[in-house]
Amino acid sequence: MLQLEGVGLSYALRSGAEPSTPVLRDVTFGVPKGGFRWLLGPSGAGKTTLLRLLHVTLRPSSGRLTLLGRDIGRARRRDLQAVRREIGMVFQDFRLLPHLSAFDNVALPLRLAGRPEGQLRADATELLHWVGLGRRLDSRPAELSGGEQQRVAIARAVVSRPALLLADEPTGNLDGVQAERLMQLLHEMNRLGVTVLVATHNDALVDRHPAPILRLVNGRIDQEALA
Amino acid sequence: MNLLRPKGFDDLGLRQSAQDRLLPSVVGAMAFLGALAMGGAFAASGLAAHWQGAGAALTVQVPSPAGLTEGRSRLERALAVLRGTPGVIGVRTMPEEELDSLLRPWLGHGTGRIALPLPAVIEVRLQADQPAGSVAALGPRLAAAVPGTLMESTEEWVGRLAVLARSLQACAALAVLMVGLVASAVVAVAVRAGLSTRRDAVEIVHELGASDGYIAAQFANRALKLALGGALLGAVLALPLLLGLSVLAVPFAAGSEPLGILSEALPGLLPGGLWLGLPALPVMAAAIGWGTAQVTVRRWLRRLV
Repeated sequence: MLQLEGVGLSYALRSGAEPSTPVLRDVTFGVPKGGFRWLLGPSGAGKTTLLRLLHVTLRPSSGRLTLLGRDIGRARRRDLQAVRREIGMVFQDFRLLPHLSAFDNVALPLRLAGRPEGQLRADATELLHWVGLGRRLDSRPAELSGGEQQRVAIARAVVSRPALLLADEPTGNLDGVQAERLMQLLHEMNRLGVTVLVATHNDALVDRHPAPILRLVNGRIDQEALA
Repeated sequence: MNLLRPKGFDDLGLRQSAQDRLLPSVVGAMAFLGALAMGGAFAASGLAAHWQGAGAALTVQVPSPAGLTEGRSRLERALAVLRGTPGVIGVRTMPEEELDSLLRPWLGHGTGRIALPLPAVIEVRLQADQPAGSVAALGPRLAAAVPGTLMESTEEWVGRLAVLARSLQACAALAVLMVGLVASAVVAVAVRAGLSTRRDAVEIVHELGASDGYIAAQFANRALKLALGGALLGAVLALPLLLGLSVLAVPFAAGSEPLGILSEALPGLLPGGLWLGLPALPVMAAAIGWGTAQVTVRRWLRRLV
């Protein structure tokens, strides 16, 4: 499903400039199809950057990243949009479109994939009901609480039944009950064959739902934790 | 059939962007200028054609044509000299009505009612490859046979006017081109402003897997609508001005009759090409808007992975 071999990433401050200090260094690991991984590490360790690499909104500066059968570093730019459609991402800051209703935000990935309106209406509505927002279909993000926005973001990430689901602190704004409901959803998707990678600081959640851990420290994978 | 997207679904929120509100009025002003330049080009081309068509090689004026000398009128004697000159292939006395219409722009209708001694005008056609000397020699011979006769070669001024008309046409074409380029630049600036205010939305939609073509199409369709609307208004507003100018220019087109009922005269008032050119302006503006937005957005999107 995904394989990283010696992947490094540095942000060039501007094109042509010398790259800055690397954010990720020599990252090597793999996750098989249908695998579940926790991504842990202190703030600033590079978790969000690693998730952005896996979401194909960044390309590695060095090493080799293979995702859904494609070498991301070498793939043509226009081929990457199809890869992105196979990936669901829950952003830490939600990244909802503020002028669209909760329903339209959730339906957007399906519309971009060209799904018929009748089918996507049923899917998006059902999922919003499942995350407890059945009565807030027409609400805009500004009218929703932080937790509700996070649930819309989660619904948007899973609505297109992606092959890979990435989540960056998905329980940060959820209460205990909602966080458990989210874990049920993630496990259910994982059971259906979706590969899941969740970055979190919530140790209690990790303890309650044991799974292999990837620990990032200073932009490197802690190999001891991996072992 | 299921629609892929609800009609008018605006996922990038472009309709809420205030950046392009001015675009229709600016493109409208461009289209207005373009229409005027186009009108100028067609008018210059019409005048050039008219002048070249009217270009007799020589014009001979015979003052007091009816005056008798040795039993023959001065006009007859002048005609005899011209007909006897080698290289002359046609001689025609301009009928009075034609002379009348030539003088109408300056003297108005009814030159006959004015007690003004008008000369007879003879149009002379020469062989194309006439040596310059033979025409020069004709002048003194005419003056000797019929004193007071004036001879004028029309070729020179027709040539100059044709050059003038062609330069006017070139200027007008250049003006239309410049208007197109400026319109394109204005659209590019508006689209870039739209991209910077909707940057988050564009990036989110891109991250969700939208293709460059999908995002560019939304900006391009909006630019097309705004440019089309603006240019349509500009062209419609230019029409009365162009018609007004051609009404003013009617007396300068020799042979034209005074306008009767305006609605009947309208189609003939503007050159035929302009009736095609004016509707083409909004179409061109729409194409410029669509194309510029496509190029601008696709180029901008290349910065994203």
